[in-house]
Amino acid sequence: MKINKRLISVMGCAVLLSLTTGCATRTVDKHARNMAGSCAACHGTNGHSVGGAPVLAGLDKTYFITQMKDFKSGARQATIMNKHAKGYSDEEFALLADFFAAQK
Amino acid sequence: MSVNRREFLKIGAAGIMIGAFPGIAFASNELIPKKGQRVVVVGAGFGGATAAKYIRMWSGQKIEVVLVERNTNFVSCPMSNTVLGGTRTISDLTGNYTTLQKKYGVNLVQGEVTAIDPDKKTVMLANGHLSYDRLIIAPGIDFMFDRVEGLSAKVADESIPHAWKAGAQTTMLRKQLEAMPNGGTFVMSIPAAPYRCPPGPYERSCQVASYFKAHKPKSKVIILDANADITSKKGLFTAAWKELYPGMVEYRNTSNVVEVDVASKTAKTETENIKADVLNILPPMKAGAVAGMAGVVGADGRWCAVDFLSYESKVHKNIHIIGDAVSSSLPKSGHMATAQAKICAAAVIEMLDGKQPDQAPTLSNTCYSMVSGNEAVHVANVFRFNAEKQAMVSADGGGVSKARSEAEGAYAASWLQNIMSDVLL
Ligand code: HEC
Repeated sequence: MKINKRLISVMGCAVLLSLTTGCATRTVDKHARNMAGSCAACHGTNGHSVGGAPVLAGLDKTYFITQMKDFKSGARQATIMNKHAKGYSDEEFALLADFFAAQK
Repeated sequence: MSVNRREFLKIGAAGIMIGAFPGIAFASNELIPKKGQRVVVVGAGFGGATAAKYIRMWSGQKIEVVLVERNTNFVSCPMSNTVLGGTRTISDLTGNYTTLQKKYGVNLVQGEVTAIDPDKKTVMLANGHLSYDRLIIAPGIDFMFDRVEGLSAKVADESIPHAWKAGAQTTMLRKQLEAMPNGGTFVMSIPAAPYRCPPGPYERSCQVASYFKAHKPKSKVIILDANADITSKKGLFTAAWKELYPGMVEYRNTSNVVEVDVASKTAKTETENIKADVLNILPPMKAGAVAGMAGVVGADGRWCAVDFLSYESKVHKNIHIIGDAVSSSLPKSGHMATAQAKICAAAVIEMLDGKQPDQAPTLSNTCYSMVSGNEAVHVANVFRFNAEKQAMVSADGGGVSKARSEAEGAYAASWLQNIMSDVLL
């Protein structure tokens, strides 16, 4: 499955990194990057918000995924994120979490 | 810049040849010498400017980008109804293209495209041409003035503005409202869908009513809607009319304006004549003229069919169309134009590298509408590519605000800041 391959490649990268110092150009998951593109209208380019909406760049992955799941279930009340979160799967939350966590 | 003798001779020769063999002289006049793979983007609104920035950013600055735009500045159409309400001016909505050039290395060409040759892969301007490997057009919309007798581009510029492209007409409409006596009537029309910004006209009625309520409380707003019903956020707009502007806003469905009398500012539908003090006609819309030059307009004569994996035209290879000009059920909005621009940018980068684009493009849209000076409502949806339908299909869970709120008004302002910076900075 697509998602597993992606995770493996990220893990592989981490292993390589600890063994060698290689893996200088961390491969970006382009599908995740493209999907995250739509979030920029409210959260800024690569999640670097310049307005009142929260910054997503550099958010902790676990925190990010928890928020998205809570928006989706309604456990976290919000003005708009409930609508957006409902449009994505849990696998996609993980991809998006990876993407935004990697933004410096 | 000094011109040496050889170049001077070349220019001289080209000058002579323009008369004799225009085609040949033309071919020598590449406006910016093409060094590597190049994408030309025509139109630097929300869609075009985003595509230019993201191709540079995501290709690691490898792909040359030439962005062609006729206007000197970027003016946001989203939120421009607040200029009518009085909480913003056009300058608050204006940006420039300096950062796209300096930070991202986008080549900006200010000028008007006169022709496009899909076979030779060139874009013609008055003073020369630009060759491309792939062309992205983001032509926005043009108005079908001929559908409303008595109306024309000139009339719109001079006395009956559409103000559906933010700029001089928006400011003019605001001035007309300011000059109108208390007790006057503002009449606005809405064309049959699809048109740019589905909730925009209803938002406009609220913004004008908000101004009237504060400054001209005896005045009226009449909406003549060609559609059978309110096309977007119906419950939220009717609640705003009733609760915020009681007795002020009158909505008439199935009221298609087919004629105007300019001198008396009268709008005529098939059944009635309505005289206005300030008249605001939104004519039916179609893809901007550049789409016609590229020969990518569909059989309806209005919109452009694309492959939703890449936004490549269904008519011509290597030409991509994004934004309002696209034929689809996707809303014609600023956010949507930027979202399509990114999927298109990513696809163009892959295709220039001989690879397949993302096979599962997923994007989202949000339209905030300001229903008063500080309260907003939203509609938000995620759309996914459906291979069977070859279309973008709305995912479950989207929809509209429960009620208008000041919190959303503040987030709408934040949205404007973030989207403008995402497009231009
Ligand atoms: C229309 C604007 C809009 C869009 C589009 C949008 N967001 Fe949000 N986001 C918000 C707002 C506003 C909040 C604050 C909560 C609320 O009121 O909805 C927020 C909050 C969040 C939070 C919580 C942050 C924190 O620090 O607790 C996360 C995570 C998030 N968004 C992720 C995303 C992702 C991922 C996308 C794209 C798939 C996205 N958002 C698209 C407006 C938006």
